[in-house]
Amino acid sequence: MANQSKNIPVKHIIGYVTSVVLTLVAAWAALGSNLPVMWIIISIFALAILQAVIQLFLFMHLTERGMGHAPWNMMFHGAVVFAILIAGSLFTMSFGFM
Amino acid sequence: MSLDELLVTGEPLIYAGMVSIVLVTGAIIFLLTYFKKWKWLWREWLTTVDHKKIGIMYILSALAMLFRAGTDALMIRTQLAFPDMNFLNAQHYDEIFTTHGTIMIFFMAMPFLIGLMNIVVPLQIGARDFAFPYLNALSFWSFFFGAMLFNISFVIGGAPDAGWTSYTPLAGDIMSEGPGQNFYLLALQLSGIGTLATGINLMVTILKMRAPGMTLFKMPIFTWSTLITMFIIVFAFPILTVALALMTIDRIFGSHFFTLAGEGLPMMWANLFWMWGHPEVYIVILPAFGIFSEVIATFARKRLFGYSVMVWSIILIAGLSFLVWVHHFFTMGAGAFVNSVFSVTTMAIAIPTGVKIFNWLATLYKSRIRTTTAMMWALAFIPSFTIGGITGVMLGMAAADYQFHNSYFLIAHFHYVLIAGTVFGCFAGLVYWYPKMFGHKLNERIGKWSFWLFVIGFHITFLPQYFLGLDGMPRRVFHIVPEWFNLNVLSTIGAFGMGLGFAVFVYNIYYSYRYSPREQNGDPWDGRTLEWATPTPVPEYNFAVVPNVTSHDAYWDMKAKGETGYDESKVEPIHMPNSTGQPFVMSAIMFFASFALVFEWIWLAVAGLIAVLVTMGMRSFDYNEGHHISADEIKRTERSARGL
Repeated sequence: MANQSKNIPVKHIIGYVTSVVLTLVAAWAALGSNLPVMWIIISIFALAILQAVIQLFLFMHLTERGMGHAPWNMMFHGAVVFAILIAGSLFTMSFGFM
Repeated sequence: MSLDELLVTGEPLIYAGMVSIVLVTGAIIFLLTYFKKWKWLWREWLTTVDHKKIGIMYILSALAMLFRAGTDALMIRTQLAFPDMNFLNAQHYDEIFTTHGTIMIFFMAMPFLIGLMNIVVPLQIGARDFAFPYLNALSFWSFFFGAMLFNISFVIGGAPDAGWTSYTPLAGDIMSEGPGQNFYLLALQLSGIGTLATGINLMVTILKMRAPGMTLFKMPIFTWSTLITMFIIVFAFPILTVALALMTIDRIFGSHFFTLAGEGLPMMWANLFWMWGHPEVYIVILPAFGIFSEVIATFARKRLFGYSVMVWSIILIAGLSFLVWVHHFFTMGAGAFVNSVFSVTTMAIAIPTGVKIFNWLATLYKSRIRTTTAMMWALAFIPSFTIGGITGVMLGMAAADYQFHNSYFLIAHFHYVLIAGTVFGCFAGLVYWYPKMFGHKLNERIGKWSFWLFVIGFHITFLPQYFLGLDGMPRRVFHIVPEWFNLNVLSTIGAFGMGLGFAVFVYNIYYSYRYSPREQNGDPWDGRTLEWATPTPVPEYNFAVVPNVTSHDAYWDMKAKGETGYDESKVEPIHMPNSTGQPFVMSAIMFFASFALVFEWIWLAVAGLIAVLVTMGMRSFDYNEGHHISADEIKRTERSARGL
């Protein structure tokens, strides 16, 4: 612990700054840009996926070895809940129009 | 903004509330100054990172919140028993049932259970503290300040009045003007930070810090139910966080996520709320199941029947809890097919719950039961909760739900499960672990008085409400027709019985503090699990020697072999975290930032947010390494505590 805490966590700082920048770009795309609506939606989705990937690799220990299966276990459960959230909302909120 | 715009004016009851707040605060300040306890308060409590003290603070806050929301409940009942007395007007009634529900769920049930987990789980798994003690203190203080933010709403700015579910568009800024609903959003957001942090903290603690030999399937059942609950918290609470944030942006910055105008979708709020809300139901009931399992196994003096089946049914309940949320709004009109799907999943969840009921009964079967107060709460739970569960299955049938929806039948159902499950569980757990926390038992005779008053009062309150619901009385009405009059009066009488039971319970805390004999050893109930292997009072480091575990009733087996778990030759210096005031200060700043945002004073809120970030930055460069307790000091402590 003592050795670790003195090092500068470069990966985390890069990840954090990139996430903030990507969020600001997305906010600008939605509020400040004059793009057509469809392009706004596509671009913020692309930015969101990019940010998710950055966070997974820079924060979530995906590339670390020797940690057992814990991160993958949590990733799996997270994906299941995510799927329920999206598919379930579409299923219940379409009011028979699907 | 002048003072009379900020404070709520014109209601005698609220004036009385203000006066009592001023008097109580004044009395606390006076007592602390008179007995010169400020330094003690800061050093021993406000800056502590000890899981046992944090747990005690959680439970004390939860009892205070139970008193506040219980008072709300008695005001609701008084209004319904005497609807023509003009005790409450419609607006005030709306505010009171909203705060009653919100406080009971967020600031009573959850902190009470998290408090018990704080104290018990590290002791049950043979750990010396949480995985992240600093984060644990931060969790408590963000919950505490969230609760305070919510509680001041009724005197400053006005309480929220859109129900604890806060459905849009009613809760949107057009139909609910003013700061009331903002209090709801930001108080829940603030305390939600603490809940989510606790979820991660306890999960890591249980997965990484168990004593050697304690595999997952040798963990005590309360620890198991805590672990599963933490999984639900970690996966469900982000949904609430996002939903609250979206509604906050709607109300304060004028977006259109849940509005009728601008292509918003008001029903999406209900959808997101219950996607979190149904798992939340299991967040508050599964730990209670764990408590009852511990209490029943101890006082039936038997190994818990079907331990692994119990564990798997908890896991199954947790999984299914994410698949049933639509049964809270069958009548919204999602269509017959959608409703049928969720009807089936809802009925499926009754199966693992039923399995657990039969396991408790099988544990009791042919055992020699000791009817202590804790055991009586557990015994009362089984039939009472079953009534609530069966009526829940009735509500889960979509076609029938069109009749029951939003009636008192529903009110009776969820009070039967939440009170008979969660509240009985909290009381059972508090009575059971009280000697471990404070070094003396609660008085059994007074405890049984409070038990009978509360349980009989509970049934008199809520059993009639099933029939009121069948007679067509809707929820959230402040005025009733003569047809519903008699049963409402009966229900109110029961409610005051419950209030009396609670008062006796609190009196028992005072009485036992004065008169109960102090504990001589750490094992007052002839317990089975590791928490009873520690001496009472539990030393700061919990276990002088980390025990080796070979079975799931670890301490029971140790006692059978004549071991105590303490071996002086194995004592080594123990590394402990230092106390710190940072979590308290950080949460206090978050409180002020949230308060500013409630009144939409944007620049003040931004300044508060920057201050929060500064404290976080300070924490990032904090190289505090903690301290060591020397082996000699540990030996001295253990000798005096164990009477060696």
